[in-house]
Amino acid sequence: MVSASQSMSGMSLGKFIARYGIVISFILLFVVLSLASPNFLSTNNLLNVLRQVSMNGVLAVGMTFVILTAGIDLSIGSLLALAGAVAASLVTGADAFNPLLAVAAGVAVGALCGAVNGGLIAYFKVPAFVATLGMLSVARGATLLYSGGRPIPNLSLEFRWLGQGLVLGIPVPVIIFAIVFAVAAIVLRYSIYGRRVYAVGGNPRSAKTSGINTSGIIFSVYVIMGALAGLAGVMLTARTTSALPQAGIGYELDAIAAVVIGGTSLTGGIGRIGYTLVGVLIIGMISNGLDLMGVSSYYQQIIKGSIIVLAVLIDRSRAGRE
Amino acid sequence: MTQNEAITNENGATAPLLLSAENVAKRFAGVPALVDGRIRLRAGTVNALCGGNGAGKSTFLGVLMGMLRRDAGSVTVKGREVNFSSPAEALDAGIAIITQELSPFLDMTVAENLYLGREQRRGRFFVDDKCMLSDAEAILARLKFNIPAGARLRDLSIAQAQLVEITKAISRRSDILIMDEPTSAIGEREAQMLFDAIRTLTAEGVGIIYVSHRLTEIFEIADDYTVFRDGRFVGGGSISEIDRKGLIRSIVGRNLLDHHREPKDTGPQKPLLEARGFASKGKFADIDMTVHAGEIVGIYGLLGSGRSEFVNALYGNEPRDSGQVLIEGKPIDLKTPADSIGAGISLVTEDRKQTGLSLTASVAHNITVANLPHYARKGFMNGSAEARSVVEHIKRFSIKTASPDLPVQSLSGGNQQKVVLARCVDTNPRILICDEPTRGVDEGAKREIYAFLGNFVKAGNAVLMISSEVPEILANADRIVVFRRGRIAGEVAGPEATQETLVHLAS
Repeated sequence: MVSASQSMSGMSLGKFIARYGIVISFILLFVVLSLASPNFLSTNNLLNVLRQVSMNGVLAVGMTFVILTAGIDLSIGSLLALAGAVAASLVTGADAFNPLLAVAAGVAVGALCGAVNGGLIAYFKVPAFVATLGMLSVARGATLLYSGGRPIPNLSLEFRWLGQGLVLGIPVPVIIFAIVFAVAAIVLRYSIYGRRVYAVGGNPRSAKTSGINTSGIIFSVYVIMGALAGLAGVMLTARTTSALPQAGIGYELDAIAAVVIGGTSLTGGIGRIGYTLVGVLIIGMISNGLDLMGVSSYYQQIIKGSIIVLAVLIDRSRAGRE
Repeated sequence: MTQNEAITNENGATAPLLLSAENVAKRFAGVPALVDGRIRLRAGTVNALCGGNGAGKSTFLGVLMGMLRRDAGSVTVKGREVNFSSPAEALDAGIAIITQELSPFLDMTVAENLYLGREQRRGRFFVDDKCMLSDAEAILARLKFNIPAGARLRDLSIAQAQLVEITKAISRRSDILIMDEPTSAIGEREAQMLFDAIRTLTAEGVGIIYVSHRLTEIFEIADDYTVFRDGRFVGGGSISEIDRKGLIRSIVGRNLLDHHREPKDTGPQKPLLEARGFASKGKFADIDMTVHAGEIVGIYGLLGSGRSEFVNALYGNEPRDSGQVLIEGKPIDLKTPADSIGAGISLVTEDRKQTGLSLTASVAHNITVANLPHYARKGFMNGSAEARSVVEHIKRFSIKTASPDLPVQSLSGGNQQKVVLARCVDTNPRILICDEPTRGVDEGAKREIYAFLGNFVKAGNAVLMISSEVPEILANADRIVVFRRGRIAGEVAGPEATQETLVHLAS
């Protein structure tokens, strides 16, 4: 056994890399892309990267909560599309409602679907993989029904501002993501609730004995995930200026990838949301950099998939050594 | 096998030595679990391996079975010095273990289970079911086991499933069987079935290392005995040369008896906790128990006697069919652990790794997790109040950790256990339920835990302490309630209790 004092002082290079590998990779990637593509470092492109990652960022924040409890949510791409369609239907055409109402409706639809996921998982003990896989199909079907399979265009200007507007030169989706991230970081780090999420993920039986309502916590993370998927749906719809029924297909992969690359353990209880942010940025930079270098999106998928597996592989070997 | 290795048994016949181990030692993370393990197993005999919890039996068996590598000592199997690096090697050498928890394939037949991994084939690809079935029937008949070879394991009793495991070992030509508490989960009649099987096997020349806490059956079935205490071999020989008392003395030793809590102040005490009419189908029934302020009540019982199931139901960890809890005479509705904590009850669970701790979380977070609202304002943690409390707990229990922020899995077993205690105490309970509070804990930490429990009840609180270590319960409890097969078998006042009475009531 490594004594406590040893592990604290005199951190070896190997341990340093193990601990900060994700940050080092991020910096390396940043440098490489800056050198490889002259356009990468421009303010415009960097803001573009941030705008592109903001939707996945919001999803990854929710996914961090879910994975911290050793769960998974595969339905978020469909929830995003459904929420987007519902929100869009409220701000399309001549009699558009207040955009805030559309936002609220989108978030509520997402939260409701999340509550169904969470209820099945926490109270009926349906495996998260199965419950959310079912929801993936159900919510996509509901989206197609609701929209009649057609895009919902002609969204009000105020609504589109949520996806396209700028505040002090910063894209609105980036600001939304920043707020979501900050709130989540504070909640996970400093609130009772955050502590309990970690405790349930770390050892549900111990958490239960400690008086924690473990089912309630598990239920709640899926509601949070759903609400954030709804929010991401609103953001995406506002950015693309119409709600597409096929929106969000495969988005769960990017969100899970960001969380996993950030080192959050799929077995629960271990992880930091700050590293999820790094994971989100790494995925965003890879897409953007490959775009700039003119690499086909087909290759991009292969590269992204490999990186996810590689990240977990590194994590595994690290866990094995400890 | 050489002639000089054969020993003469009491009947004058010579039985060759199947297995002998000398001075076997094993450390875990620098902590010795086994210092001097020894055993001599003769062909055709049963050698009962006895010892309290923490005596080093499991570690010793682990070494014999190739699951652990020994640090020192020697093991000789049929005249050949061995040092197994895997259970497969031990199996090849003819050693098989029948554990407490069987892992049969429930939806396969007896024959399929017997030949799993070495199926008889017809041609290259096809399994020869017919041949397997008839072979299985033959071997079951030879061993006089009345089990249909075509039956699914799911439809057999636990005892029958054990017999299948034994048959599997025999069919692999194992001639050294290790049985680890084989009767802990089966009834009296089935135990007799098992003993009959053991007699059949020994008559065929098989040697059996038999681990059990039930002394009665040791005297019924064993030829030799071997006693471990605190990781050392402390005695062994022919069972005919020792009586029950002598064996108990050898198992218990004296090392723990010098700790004795002062008995509580006599005089009328108010009941602090009363449990009435507790029952849970298939686990326990008719449990009534009263715990007074200032008292440590011990619960003793063998594995599967319902003791842990009862306290988990009492605490709200598991559902129960019936049962009313009164605190200071007032009925109180306890359904969840949160209710119990609110009512001043705290539970130290049996297995700190499985149910006690979040191993990857920090020492500090583990200590305060049951009492978070106490350290928070409007849902957000007050870090400094929490840190102060954590430091106090670390000092109070002298938890050895370089920092409260280290993951609790980096601590030793004793210190992990103290973290569990600290967490339970952090909620300010009046009633502390401890399920095996010192399992896998070193002697020093044990004493600290006993001292803490003594002081805890002195302050007018109460402790309900489950322990399968008799010396521990004798040294600490004011009263001892004995569980047997899901019911209370009796109650003994602490000063009058002896190992004899407890073991007698429990088995």
